Amino acid sequence: MEQPNLSYINSMSGGDKAFEQKLIDIIKTEFPEEKEVYFTNVKANNYKLTAENVHKLKHKISILGLEKSYETAVAFENNLLEGSTELQDEFESILTIMTNYLQQL
Amino acid sequence: MNCIIIDDEATARAIIGQLCSQVSSLNVLEDFPNAMQAIKYLNQNDIDLIFLDIHMPDFTGFDFIDTIKNPPKIILTTSDPNFAIQAFGYDCIVDYLVKPITPERFKKAIDKAEAIKSVVTETKASSQVETSSGNDLYVNIDRRLIKIDIPSIYLVEAKGDYIQVKTDDKNYTVHSTLKKIEDKLPDDLFLKIHRSYIINVDKIIDIEDNSVLIKKDVIPVSRSNRPELMKRLNLL
Repeated sequence: MEQPNLSYINSMSGGDKAFEQKLIDIIKTEFPEEKEVYFTNVKANNYKLTAENVHKLKHKISILGLEKSYETAVAFENNLLEGSTELQDEFESILTIMTNYLQQL
Repeated sequence: MNCIIIDDEATARAIIGQLCSQVSSLNVLEDFPNAMQAIKYLNQNDIDLIFLDIHMPDFTGFDFIDTIKNPPKIILTTSDPNFAIQAFGYDCIVDYLVKPITPERFKKAIDKAEAIKSVVTETKASSQVETSSGNDLYVNIDRRLIKIDIPSIYLVEAKGDYIQVKTDDKNYTVHSTLKKIEDKLPDDLFLKIHRSYIINVDKIIDIEDNSVLIKKDVIPVSRSNRPELMKRLNLL
């Protein structure tokens, strides 16, 4: 499966290492919070709010260079808006991969 | 350009802030996690450009634009490409950046914003000059102010909600009325000869019965306007 990387962060930082670390720290703080809200809304079967959470999370998916996973997130968001949870398992696998990756940074 | 960033996602605010820091002409004054705080700030500060997220809880980016009077230039930043058409309806929106924003795409958006700012500045300067020389007219086409050399205009034609301005070099279709442009054109050069046409009298080639040949266009002259047209001609 596709693995996260820092290529986007490196490309937009302009070589500013302090910024790269600052951004990673922000993602490390924000990502678990967004993930928690996502699981709360999934549990409540609130598809609309879950779709909004996926929408927000997909930005971080793209920041971590997960291009194919981003497409999965887009499709899952659309499914949720149509009342379907198809691709939920795939999406949550992406969240797990991101969680593991961020823990290593 | 003084700018602010509005995005409920801290990661996005940090990224846009960093991209701004790489452009010397941008001065980020503040960033806000929601639109409401930004509205208060805008009421007290002069801002040239806003980086605005669309998807925000309670108050979307479009709600924000609809709320503020005389919005400054806005660059939308969003993960959703589906609002581009809606965005096109707002004159204040300069560009639409889909996240993740690359430095190259960001720079292009800033170039657009700066180009528009520069045209607006020119327009303001020109409107002062206009009183003395009266040579330029700015028309808004596709959210750009385009300068037209007034003496080069030979015909203005009303077309429903639009007017077509024909010049020696080019034709422009502008969302405006014949009345509005008539007020902007010098009386000594231009004459309304029909309810749908204003002509540059200097560009007339010939007049035959109730029509005027101007360039390659044959334009009708209404009966009520004909005496004024005849008065303006240097008849032998």
